[in-house]
Amino acid sequence: MTSVPQRFAPIQRLLHWLMAICIIAMLFIGVGMVSTVAQKYLPLILIHKTLGVALLVLVLVRLALRLHFGAPPLPADLPPAMKLGARLSHLLLYGFMIVMPLLGLGMLWAAAYPVVLYGGIRIPALLPQSDHAHTLFWNAHVYLGLAFFALVLLHLAAALFHALIRRDDVFATMSPLPQRQQMKPTE
Amino acid sequence: MNQPGRVERSSLGWLVLIAAVVGGSAAAFAYTAGWLTPGRLTPDRMLAALTPPSGPPLGHRRNHAKGICFTGTFEANGNGVELSRAKVFVQGRYPILGRFNLGTADPNAVDATVRVRGMGLQISAADGEEWRMAMINPPFFAVSTPDAFHDLLVAAGKKDPEAMKTFISANPEFAAFAAWAKAAPWTGSYAEDSYNSLNSFVFTNAKGDEHTVRWSLVPTAEPAAIAQAELEKRGPDFLEQEITTRVKSAPQRWTMVTTVAEPGDPTADPSKAWPDNRRKVQVGTLVVQRIEPERDGPCRDINFDPTVLPQGVRVSDDPFPAARSSVYRKSYDLRAAEAGDYPRTEVAKP
Ligand code: HEM
Ligand code: HEM
Ligand code: HEM
Repeated sequence: MTSVPQRFAPIQRLLHWLMAICIIAMLFIGVGMVSTVAQKYLPLILIHKTLGVALLVLVLVRLALRLHFGAPPLPADLPPAMKLGARLSHLLLYGFMIVMPLLGLGMLWAAAYPVVLYGGIRIPALLPQSDHAHTLFWNAHVYLGLAFFALVLLHLAAALFHALIRRDDVFATMSPLPQRQQMKPTE
Repeated sequence: MNQPGRVERSSLGWLVLIAAVVGGSAAAFAYTAGWLTPGRLTPDRMLAALTPPSGPPLGHRRNHAKGICFTGTFEANGNGVELSRAKVFVQGRYPILGRFNLGTADPNAVDATVRVRGMGLQISAADGEEWRMAMINPPFFAVSTPDAFHDLLVAAGKKDPEAMKTFISANPEFAAFAAWAKAAPWTGSYAEDSYNSLNSFVFTNAKGDEHTVRWSLVPTAEPAAIAQAELEKRGPDFLEQEITTRVKSAPQRWTMVTTVAEPGDPTADPSKAWPDNRRKVQVGTLVVQRIEPERDGPCRDINFDPTVLPQGVRVSDDPFPAARSSVYRKSYDLRAAEAGDYPRTEVAKP
């Protein structure tokens, strides 16, 4: 990278918003499906597995793009604690995006379920059945899922805080809309 | 954009807005998860209704808890291809794994006290594609809907005799099942019972034609009726002992018979049998070749979830398979987590 970018690249912004919608859907579908015995349980869990595996592929693409394009700097006048919080929370969000689908798959493999996605796509098992592994992955998927949702809420609150209260350029760096007006220099 | 980076007094309104967005999202999440609607029929409530007063059978299935594993072969005769493009209907031999079981939440139940017997079955195609099913011996199910099944469990668990009466007046279809339970002959062997899917499924053939079907595994062994008292005398675990010696001396066989619904048949209600004259297609023979105790056996770790289906078979408008899948998943989660309460023998493998 020769110059520091002012905004995330369009493809990065596209992926961020596409994945945000899908992940929020995943979280709601997850807690919705495990609390119902209605017929919609079957389509919900099919969507959950299919979308979850698709998100695993997307996060890998996204990480590659992140390494290639980098990220715009945070505002210089942002207090150091907030900067640290922003960096840590983004790291954690990436962590959840990678770990959650892996736990979902691992949980099914360790319970000897065939993993069949939408369209009959079959994912071969990479782990043998194991009560111990299943229990570990199941608990992790459930509790990390709840922690993921809490962090998404915090992230949402922070984004709105930047956009509405601090009125700095942070939201604009990820805004889904093309930016017409000239960005202010960060320094 | 005025004064970037400065928090202004007018921001109080925005703060309230942010709090409302976050709080509203959290509330929507809690609602979706069922935390705000304790009346929703969840897998947890279904399992609670299955749990006997003495507590759950730790490490065991939450229903059909007593059982024994089998392995063998499904010999497809090729007739099923006309109905479904499921690979295991193509003439040939396919490995099977299954479990004979009793419809009780007590893994130590006395055989002669359990009216409903079942079979869990998995047939694997050459490429590993699986078909799982769990069938029982009554010719129709006790109730019409999963909700009614929950009500039945709750009513049956009450000491008050009025509870069952109230249940039956609200679910008159139960009378037919009660009559079956009272009058149907008992047999002295798992090998002499029929196991019925009861739930309907949709078969799709290679041309894309669809048929709604149910199926049964009909024993080739002649059923010999035996009095309940006589069965009781043979011992609490007679059925497992009997099937073990019986299969050791000769493989046991069942014919898989598919019944095709006609328009207007009650496909969504497993408590209603279809008329006797419906077309029946024999699609193959189940051959049980080996019996193994459940504790270290291959069926222990399998969830015979009836919605694990191959290409060419899918669920119908019957509401049970979805409910069963959701509840069996949770039952599996729990029993796997409690495996320590049902320890394996850990025989060293050579
Ligand atoms: C499931 C939901 C979401 C996930 C997983 C997620 C994830 C992320 C991640 C990992 C970053 C850091 C990008 C990087 O530095 O490479 C980021 C940045 C950002 N996100 Fe999200 N996000 C989600 C939802 C949202 C929502 C709902 C909003 C706004 C209302 C939002 C606004 C932003 C903004 C403004 C940035 C830029 C921060 C900066 O410039 O450092 N995100 N998001
Ligand atoms: C971004 C990815 C994912 C997220 C955010 C997510 C989230 C969730 C949540 C919130 C639950 C409900 C947990 C509970 O309250 O009990 C859940 C359950 C579940 N998820 Fe995921 N999930 C993801 C990916 C996957 C994948 C890829 C699979 C499998 C291929 C999967 C399989 C499951 C299963 C089987 C359950 C039910 C667990 C049980 O109770 O037995 N998930 N998920
Ligand atoms: C909503 C109604 C039903 C509920 C809540 C229910 C509940 C359960 C549960 C919790 C298990 C244990 C699953 C496991 O841990 O692997 C089970 C097993 C079983 N159920 Fe059901 N069941 C229902 C309907 C049916 C129906 C309609 C049939 C038959 C047509 C059936 C036949 C069986 C059989 C044969 C097993 C034993 C499978 C095995 O060997 O693992 N059940 N049921």
